Formats: sequence, C-alpha cells, structure tokens
Amino acid sequence: MIAAHLPILQVVIPLIAAPLSVFCRRPALAWWLAMLVSVVSLYISIALLDRVLDQGTLSYVLGNWAAPWGIEYRIDAANAIVLLIISGISTAVLPYTRVSIAKEVEAHNQGLFYTCYLLCFTGLLGMVITGDAFNAFVFLEISSLSTYVLVALGARQDRRALTAAYTYLIMGTIGATFFVIGVGLLYMMTGTLNMADLAQRIPAIGANRTLVVAFAFIVTGIGLKLALFPMHLWLPNAYAFAPSAVTVFLAATATKAAVYLLLRFLFTVFGTDFHIFGPALSYLLLPLAVLAMFAASTVAIFQVDIKRMLAYSSIAQLGYMVLGISLGTVTGLTAAIIHLFNHALMKGALFMALGAVVYRFGGAGIDQMRGLGRLMPWTMAAFVVGGLSLIGVPLTVGFISKWYLIAGALESGLWPLAILVVASSLLAVIYIWRVVEAAYLDEPAAGATAGEAPAALLIPTWMLVGANVYFGIDAGLTTHVAEQAAHVLLGSAT
Amino acid sequence: MGGSDFLGLFNYWIVIVLMMLGLYTVVSRGNLVKKIIGLNIFQTSVFLLYISMGKVAGGTAPILTGDPKEVYSNPLPHVLILTAIVVGVATTALGLALVVRIKNAYDSIEEDEIQAADDEMEFGVEPAAKDGPP
Repeated sequence: MIAAHLPILQVVIPLIAAPLSVFCRRPALAWWLAMLVSVVSLYISIALLDRVLDQGTLSYVLGNWAAPWGIEYRIDAANAIVLLIISGISTAVLPYTRVSIAKEVEAHNQGLFYTCYLLCFTGLLGMVITGDAFNAFVFLEISSLSTYVLVALGARQDRRALTAAYTYLIMGTIGATFFVIGVGLLYMMTGTLNMADLAQRIPAIGANRTLVVAFAFIVTGIGLKLALFPMHLWLPNAYAFAPSAVTVFLAATATKAAVYLLLRFLFTVFGTDFHIFGPALSYLLLPLAVLAMFAASTVAIFQVDIKRMLAYSSIAQLGYMVLGISLGTVTGLTAAIIHLFNHALMKGALFMALGAVVYRFGGAGIDQMRGLGRLMPWTMAAFVVGGLSLIGVPLTVGFISKWYLIAGALESGLWPLAILVVASSLLAVIYIWRVVEAAYLDEPAAGATAGEAPAALLIPTWMLVGANVYFGIDAGLTTHVAEQAAHVLLGSAT
Repeated sequence: MGGSDFLGLFNYWIVIVLMMLGLYTVVSRGNLVKKIIGLNIFQTSVFLLYISMGKVAGGTAPILTGDPKEVYSNPLPHVLILTAIVVGVATTALGLALVVRIKNAYDSIEEDEIQAADDEMEFGVEPAAKDGPP
C-alpha cells in the first residue's frame, strides 16, 4: 500500500515537515525533525532506485488524474540516482549542520534555519522527481527562494552574505523566469505540459521558430541555475559567504538538480531528433564547457579565500558535466551522470573539511591554512583526500569520472578534448597544492593554538571521504546506474 | 505584416516591450529597489504571455453554463499564472527583505557604494583601479 505511494511521499514528507519545524521552539527539536525526515527520504530514494533498476520506469499520477491532464511523477534511472544524491548528501550533512550552524547562525534563527533547509530539500527533490514541466518550475522556485534565505543567514559571519544572496536572487529569478517563458512557448505549440507527452508531440511539429525560441529560453534559464560558464557570476559569492553547512549542501546538490533538469529537457523533451539539437550541443554547450573548465580553474588558482577557490572549482567541475552532456553519446552521458554523483561526494567532503577550519578560525583564507597539517591533522587529511579526488587520482571517485569522460571524448573521435580534460586537471593540481603547501610545509601562525575540529564535524566529513574512496574502488553501482540512465535519456533503453 | 496582424498580436507586442523594459531595468539600475521593480515588470510580462495564450477568440470565462455551443477560454494557463504570481510575490517580498538587511548593514542601497565599501574592507584603502575578482 505505502510502497505504491513512495514517489509522492518522497516530496510530501519534507514539505509537511517544513512548516511543522516552525513550531519547534528549540533548534535541537527542529534538527531532530529534519534528521528524521532526511533519513526517511534517503530510505525512500533507495527503495525507488531499487524498484527502477528492477522494473524500469515508474509512473505515479497525482490525485488519480491520468497523465497528460494531471501531474505525473515519472521516475527512471536518471532521476532516481539524483534523488539518491540529494537525500544521501542531506543525511550526511545534517549531523554536521547541527554543530556548525550553532556557531555560525544567531540563536533565534537556528530553528527557522531547518524550516528553510527542509523547503530547499523539498524543492530539489520535487524538481527532480516530477514529470511535469510547470511543476518543475514551481519546485525550482521553492528550492531557490529557500536557498536565498539560507545564503543570507551567513550575514552574521560576513555582511557580504546579504549582497551575495541578493545577487543570487536577481540572477536566479531571471533564470527561472526564462525557464517558464520557454515552458509557456512549448505549451503554446503542443497544448501539454507533461514531459513524456511533450516528447511525443514536439517531433510532429518539425522545424518551427517558436520551438527554437522555447529551446533557447529553457537552456539559458537552466544554464543560469546551474552556473554554466558565462552565467556563473552568482555562484562564487553565494558559496563563499553562506554558512559552511549550507555551502556543503548547495555545492553537492543544488547545481546537480539543475544539471538533471538540463539533461531531461535536452534529451527527453526535445530529444536527439530535434533539428537544432546537434548544433546546440556542439557549438554552444561544448565550447562553454571547455571554457568553464579552464577559465574557472585559472581563476580558482588566484583566490585568497579557499571557500571561494572551491566555488570556482565547482564551476569548472560543472564544465566537465556539461562536456559529457555535449558529447550526446551513451558514454558521454554516463560520464556526466557519474560525475554528477562523484562531484557531490568530493565537493561535499572538501567543503566539510573547510567548514571545520571556519569553525575553529572563523575564516578560510590561505593564511589561516598555514600549519594546519599539524594543528588539525584529521581535517587536513580529509581535505587532501578530497583534493586528490577532485584532481582525479586513481582509487578515488574523481578518477572514475575522468576515465569515462576521456573514454567518451575518444569514442566520439574528439581526442583534443581528452587532452583538454587532462590539462585542466593539472590546473586543479595547482590550486589544491597551494592549500596543501600552506597546511603542511608552512609553520603555524604564532600563537595559533586551536586544536582539532569536534568529532561531530569530523565524522560526517570522513564518511564522505570514505565514500570518495569506496566508490573510487568499487564503481560498479554508480556506473551501472549511470549507464542505464544514459540509455533511458537517449531512448535506447536496454 | 498588415495592420490587422499588428493589432491581432497586440498583447504579444506588449509582452515583448514589458519584458525588455524589465530586464533592462534590472541590468542598468544600481539602486537595489529599482532592480526589484524591474524584475517585477519582467515577471509580469510573462504573466501576460501566459494569459494571452489561453484566450480563445469569442470565448467566455470557463464556467459551465449548460449550453453545449458555448466557447470557453483555456483556463489552464490562467491557473498556472496564479501559481506564478504567488511565486513572484514571494520573490519580491524576499528581495525587499534582503534590501532592508543590506540597508542596515551597509547604510546604502546603491550597488556602487556597497561595492566600494566591500573593496575598502577587502583591500584596506579604497583602490584606485577596480581589479578585484571578476
């Protein structure tokens, strides 16, 4: 009975818990509620992934209104894996959040923090699970609006969090509005909002200018949300000034949900037969992805604030995902989806380690990193393993991502791309090395006595570090799911 | 295109004008409140786009009258836009709330003054050339 309703429970449980947590007067109580919801959501997404792998695509109609008229939740391998990433990261981040937020956010805001957190969580899950284009917009806005608040909560540490949140609000709203314009034009042409239904009707219309405009609006809108290279300006400050726990959660999940939405619209809704599909991938997404890989990595090298450095690195890493997408082949998409999963793990671990430094020192400038290898050995060790994973050293998840990406490039006959992927990884070596050098080769600042971070921060960090290594050695699960997702998206279901 | 086409597409011309006005205001104004107003105009143009596309020529409000020959406008885009209006209101409220906080923190709502205050904090004295992070 319950099993049949898992798709809706995935979204409704956190949605109902969010207003409930307002009534929890004590932050601890709100935290317990969020933690409980997160664990239940993780359980549901594992169950959904299991069923999808077993039975293929699941469809759930809301309120018993049949598919093209009512809202449909449609789950296949592509979104089941993203649901797992979001709820898994949330479950890993929340134990960390409790200690980190207690220090970084005003006491009277801590209870409400979890309300926003749960709303953001709901929005991300909703936009991934839904099979309805307009519904995706609504969930996108739910997650975005709560994200702006979460970013602004960093204002106690640094007032620039406010301007970062404001900029994000302006850019995010423009992005979401572009998306909804595109969806409107699609509705105008097809009379439907259901993604599967759209996919069937669009080819029948053929080459049509309104569809091209809709395509452009949707890709640009989602591009703004996922910080595709020239539209990334909101991201560095939002990540740098948000509370540490928020940065971890956003870096690991928010852009991933946007990447998923791009995949879904490009491949399922418009489809590979759409007449400007090929040019859009090879003349728009591919160059932008390569530019992101190099430009953002280069900027990252010169950052003084390490949190902002990792934010720029995220833009570069999103470039790898878009690169995989732009290849438009099964291997390329597999690489993109594997990296989606792997990047969540590596950036999660890196930002958590950095959050522990912020917890101790109140900031994460390169100067604060000096001598930390001795002062906070466990934190810095986690940072190093995360960094190695980011670079793509064997036995970490980063290696698996790069391996598939290079395989995808070679398979498409684009060997220069394979070289570019390796070359841009070398830039990652430079910016990670700067931190390692400061932490292990420099003397600690005089009078720096701070010791290791509390266990409540270290244990979640090392859980993610462990996942980096585990999925780096045994990549069977991720590659299997990612391959299946790629087949579903390309319509060549196995 | 003939004059009747222009008049027939009147709604859509207004949509384009409002959309560009709004977007231009967001980009060009340094005042944070004016930016929000621009964003509002931009969103309103989209509401109009949706509402226009739901209109059926000669159609009436979609309320059942029992007359089988009655032509109704398409209610779905109108309902969608009710949701989008709520989203727009929430965005405006949140944006203005952030502006209030920024005003308290910086004592200004002008973008360039806020930028100058941030630069001063980051680089010490006011820098002659703005060569901060891009």
